[in-house]
Amino acid sequence: MFQAFQQRRWPLLLLWVLIVAAIVAAPSVLPVFRLNLLGRFLSLAIVALGIDLIWGFTGLLSLGQGIFFALGGYAAAMYLQLNSSAGLPNGIPEFFSLYGVDSLPFFWEPFRSPVFALIAIWLVPALLAALLGNLVFRNRIKGVYFSILTQAALLVFFNFFNGQQKLINGTNGLKTDVTVLFGQMELGSAEMQRGFFWLTAIVVILVWMVLRWVVRGRFGDVLIAIRDDEPRLRFAGYNPTLFKTIVFAIAGGLAGIGGALYTVQSGIVSPQYMTVPFSIEMVIWVAVGGRGTLVGAILGAVSIMYAKSLVSEALPQSWQFIQGGLFILVVTALPEGVIGWCQGDGPRNLLTRLGVSRRIGTYPRLEMDAKEEVNS
Amino acid sequence: MTTALLELRQISVSFDGFMALRDLNLSLKPGELRAVIGPNGAGKTTFLDVITGKLRPTEGDVVFKGRSLLGMPEHRIARFGIGRKFQSPRVFENLSVRENLALAVSLPKRPLSLLTSDLTATQRDRIDHLMEIVALQQRANQMAGSLSHGQKQWLEIVMLVGQAPDLLLVDEPVAGLTDEETDLTADLLKSLADDHTVLVIEHDMEFIRRLETQVTVLHQGHVLCEGSMDQIQRDPGVIEVYLGATEEAA
Repeated sequence: MFQAFQQRRWPLLLLWVLIVAAIVAAPSVLPVFRLNLLGRFLSLAIVALGIDLIWGFTGLLSLGQGIFFALGGYAAAMYLQLNSSAGLPNGIPEFFSLYGVDSLPFFWEPFRSPVFALIAIWLVPALLAALLGNLVFRNRIKGVYFSILTQAALLVFFNFFNGQQKLINGTNGLKTDVTVLFGQMELGSAEMQRGFFWLTAIVVILVWMVLRWVVRGRFGDVLIAIRDDEPRLRFAGYNPTLFKTIVFAIAGGLAGIGGALYTVQSGIVSPQYMTVPFSIEMVIWVAVGGRGTLVGAILGAVSIMYAKSLVSEALPQSWQFIQGGLFILVVTALPEGVIGWCQGDGPRNLLTRLGVSRRIGTYPRLEMDAKEEVNS
Repeated sequence: MTTALLELRQISVSFDGFMALRDLNLSLKPGELRAVIGPNGAGKTTFLDVITGKLRPTEGDVVFKGRSLLGMPEHRIARFGIGRKFQSPRVFENLSVRENLALAVSLPKRPLSLLTSDLTATQRDRIDHLMEIVALQQRANQMAGSLSHGQKQWLEIVMLVGQAPDLLLVDEPVAGLTDEETDLTADLLKSLADDHTVLVIEHDMEFIRRLETQVTVLHQGHVLCEGSMDQIQRDPGVIEVYLGATEEAA
């Protein structure tokens, strides 16, 4: 604790105390409707953490995270649909009868098992990301070409899911909120939703801790080195393709987990989760919060989504403009994002600009820092 | 010839019909310090690209420690014992000096071991020692991007040494350095040549003279001649190439 103060990391520490306090207090302060929204936004924060890992640290800008997000959502929804359709004719989900399907498509079958579904939620997106990523990375496709490819893949998946009524109810998506879990509770009930909020909050914090461990050590240094100068890293004996595939798979798996948690809290998964604007929005959360700062990704996702819901309630048409403006503002004025700006010299520079002069104490302080370095 | 550490056998590289390297033969003995010079466009950097696996030669073979390097990916060649320093200093700017060196000395360089294990005490000592060689101890925790040009050059050289390669390929190590820094770099390379094989590519004649070693002259992708600096400077072929090259350039 004391060390954190000395290293001038206390604002970050304070931020964490505030975040945890807010999460703990939320269920007793917020009405269920708002709590449910916050829970959804926290599941989006999990996706944002993954994007921060691949973009903020490794420099891979993926515009296709919606694929993995939706896959996680579908995996969860398929289990829930099957779970509640035991009493129905043929024992298969209701929508199938609309299209004259009377036997379950083969790939639905394993989703009867909750264990399989829980694993598929993250493993299917992670494997797909590893496969896609490896194909792209081994051919040394990077930068903007990588981004375009991920967006193209997103469109392919969107169109496929949108058109497959007989397999996954096409554009209508799969509903989850009337499903009954644990014998009596409906998924959409207040108790269940409160439970999902807790679950999501815990997962966010766990994911944050794991990612922090991943980026802190030499593995994280390799990621930054890939961002800085990938060819140079090859000549140092590292295989960037392998590292990039791994982090892309991790980000894909996280998007899947986020998608599943989002789905159970919003009550539906549909191809709308794979639209181009939504995946770009995910990137904006991270850009605004601060690339390369894990807290920034969480705060960016939650606060932008919260602002979105508030603004949309008051002025339904204006959100798109505000979001666009916000993105332009961040790119031009705060390229490091809000958290990145706070961690850097941002606040001090702002004070100087506003006419509050810098404390002279800075200079001896710098010398002291230099001395400390020598001693250590 | 069987004792050669590195052997280039009749290497040719053609870019759409343009021969960047033409029937190039070269061999290096273990522990040798070799300088390679040549006018612009002589194929100096292409020839490093071929050795390090960045470029596949159209013809010929590269043999290192008795094994052909053709078709090996860059990172495997690097692990196999060839380190390369680039023309302009290339260090990882957003990592500290210490972290840059830690990446160089880490072994094995696989994701899982980087995640689960820490640097060993020996590796830490090596990092400290390497920083000492180039007087960067006081900058250990500074971002490499904030170093001066000369310091970046040195950091990159000791990063190479940290990789513990058998062969160091050094491309224009003194470009943009002051005279004093140039002298220090020459001493550094000479001291490295004791337990490594070093191949230096340079434009700077004074610097090559200071290395006091065998010189190979490249011209139009071909070895023009080999010998000591004095022999080279008296060679009529070399004089013609260099004078011709300067006229073309002007």
